[in-house]
Amino acid sequence: MIRFVPRARTPVWLSVAVSIGAGLAALALTAIPLALTGAPVFTAFALMAQGAAGSGFALAETLTRATPLIFTGLAAAVAFRAKLWNIGAEGQLYAGALATVALGAGLIEAPPYVLVPLVLIGAALAGAVLLLVPVLFKTRFGADEVVVTLLLNFIVLLFVQMMLEGPMKDEMALGWPQSAPMLDEATLPKLVTGWRLHWGLVLAVLAAVLLHVFITRTVWGFRIRAVGENARAARYAGLPVGKAMALVGLISGGLAGLAGASEVAGLKGYLTADLSPGFGYAGIVVATLANLSPLGVIPAALFVAGVFVGADSMSRAIGVSNYLADLVVAFALLSVLVGGLLTRFRIVFVRRGTA
Amino acid sequence: MWEALDILTQANFWAATIRIATPLIFGVLGALLCERAGVLNLGIEGIFVAGAMSGWLAVYLGLPLWGGVAVAAGVGAAFGLLHGVLTVPLGLSQHVTGIGVTLLATSMAYFGYRVAFPNVATPPRIEAFAPLDVPLIGDLPFIGPILAQQTGFTVLAFACVGVLAFVLARTPLGLALRAVGDNPEAVEAQGLSVVALRIGAVMAGSALMALGGAFLTLSAFNAFYFGMINGRGWVCIALTVFASWRPGKALLGALLFGALDAYQLRIQTIAGGVVPSQIFLMLPYIFSIAALVLVARRADYPRALMKPYFKGQR
Repeated sequence: MIRFVPRARTPVWLSVAVSIGAGLAALALTAIPLALTGAPVFTAFALMAQGAAGSGFALAETLTRATPLIFTGLAAAVAFRAKLWNIGAEGQLYAGALATVALGAGLIEAPPYVLVPLVLIGAALAGAVLLLVPVLFKTRFGADEVVVTLLLNFIVLLFVQMMLEGPMKDEMALGWPQSAPMLDEATLPKLVTGWRLHWGLVLAVLAAVLLHVFITRTVWGFRIRAVGENARAARYAGLPVGKAMALVGLISGGLAGLAGASEVAGLKGYLTADLSPGFGYAGIVVATLANLSPLGVIPAALFVAGVFVGADSMSRAIGVSNYLADLVVAFALLSVLVGGLLTRFRIVFVRRGTA
Repeated sequence: MWEALDILTQANFWAATIRIATPLIFGVLGALLCERAGVLNLGIEGIFVAGAMSGWLAVYLGLPLWGGVAVAAGVGAAFGLLHGVLTVPLGLSQHVTGIGVTLLATSMAYFGYRVAFPNVATPPRIEAFAPLDVPLIGDLPFIGPILAQQTGFTVLAFACVGVLAFVLARTPLGLALRAVGDNPEAVEAQGLSVVALRIGAVMAGSALMALGGAFLTLSAFNAFYFGMINGRGWVCIALTVFASWRPGKALLGALLFGALDAYQLRIQTIAGGVVPSQIFLMLPYIFSIAALVLVARRADYPRALMKPYFKGQR
């Protein structure tokens, strides 16, 4: 008979091993449908690895793709820590992106050291306010935040389309629904001239470090963790649960909003309604792979970004659909969930009758 | 002004209401069956996609229409088994597992579609369910033309409402299912298996969800498109709370939603010049959130919803 015995604490090496194991398990599971299509499995994976990290350019492309994933991964990690199920990072990303072009595409003219921070703060606020609504619905009315944040994703995307076809449409864009381009003073500079990699990556890594310090070293970080572990006990101990939830909402939504700012101000330079290929949803996978640790989000985001960049390149080479990347990511999420049992429990085999 | 009211007298509007409501009826029934047994199934959005794709593909490859319906149900049940095993005996987070099932089911459907049809410009089509041509009913005044436009698939949805209501309220199985979502200890004390009941309910519920997807490709349209589900699954989760987990109210909620959606589609053509179309497209989602917030305070959630049960553990 198998028994799960809860662990008092989990060794760090085990969490890391489980995440890496889950990544490998995901690739192994994906090999099954891949083999069923008749594609050369090992060639396909080799091409994916090469496309993700085979050259300096490939690596830079993976880092570029990882940038928004770090932000949305952090957004999910901090929210899930407090058991606030924010599934709305996609919408918050678009709210941040909308604020970015609203502030940075000509409304205000100022030197970069004023305009760039202003744009970032605006984007973070937009994302934060968007998440504050479902958090208030939850704490005031008891409405489930999962459904509200999910449905808000669709509403925000429609709102962005409306703005891009209406008041915020760039008249110079030949009828294509996109915003006016960002001013040079509002743009995040490139890290290396000629490559797409930009300062958003530095901001994302900085955000991960700050969030790590905040969660592990501050009073409010402790309160947030306490609320997540056991909200009733936290309330009984006199912790301000409602305020902690609101704070988590502001941080999580703000981080997702920054993902939008970084994509628009660092990479694209203007806003279209297809800015994000699901970065918000992928952030959930990143956070789970990272075991909700802010620092772990960085390698997890690199893995997920590598899978997507690698699959694109593999798809161009041998014509296997790049939806394969979504399969790997989905399998990775489910594998790490199952693997998480190993970090939370010791599995003990006992003979029947002795227990 | 009169045009806006005139819509309500058109048979086409009411026929569209039922057509839009049908997948939601399946979805809400599936969600409430899972939740009544204590399991939140956020795999619903992906199971809709997988049902739509697999049912359609089966018919495209030569199965009869009802064969496609059965395939979709089987695919839905398979994803339900996955969700059930991960959340019931293993007790994993129902939220994150559900999102994982949605991602997996969606990417499998999309990947499978791309493998089957690498480069098609227009989506291939099938011969979809034809409207039922029942002799006398079609001649009835006003409701005749409304009913005559519906297909056998819609009849199945209405039948499922009745069957599920009866099973949940009047049978020993229904009693056990409700008990397992309210008080699993009591079920265990009866000598029944909590794990088997919960997994069974999630599988049956997921099969119903997949039928909702299959309705779109086999009856409402005749092809599979990427992004065709577009949040319908999530809407069902909101409507389930609105329906307070009762099949009868689920039917009502789905029809109300269908009427609103059909109305916004028609009012767009009248007010389209003045108001951007996106405002109307937002209405169904806003309506779902409003419905959820309004009933949330009074909502009588199944008491053991999202609480994993381990034998012999308090």
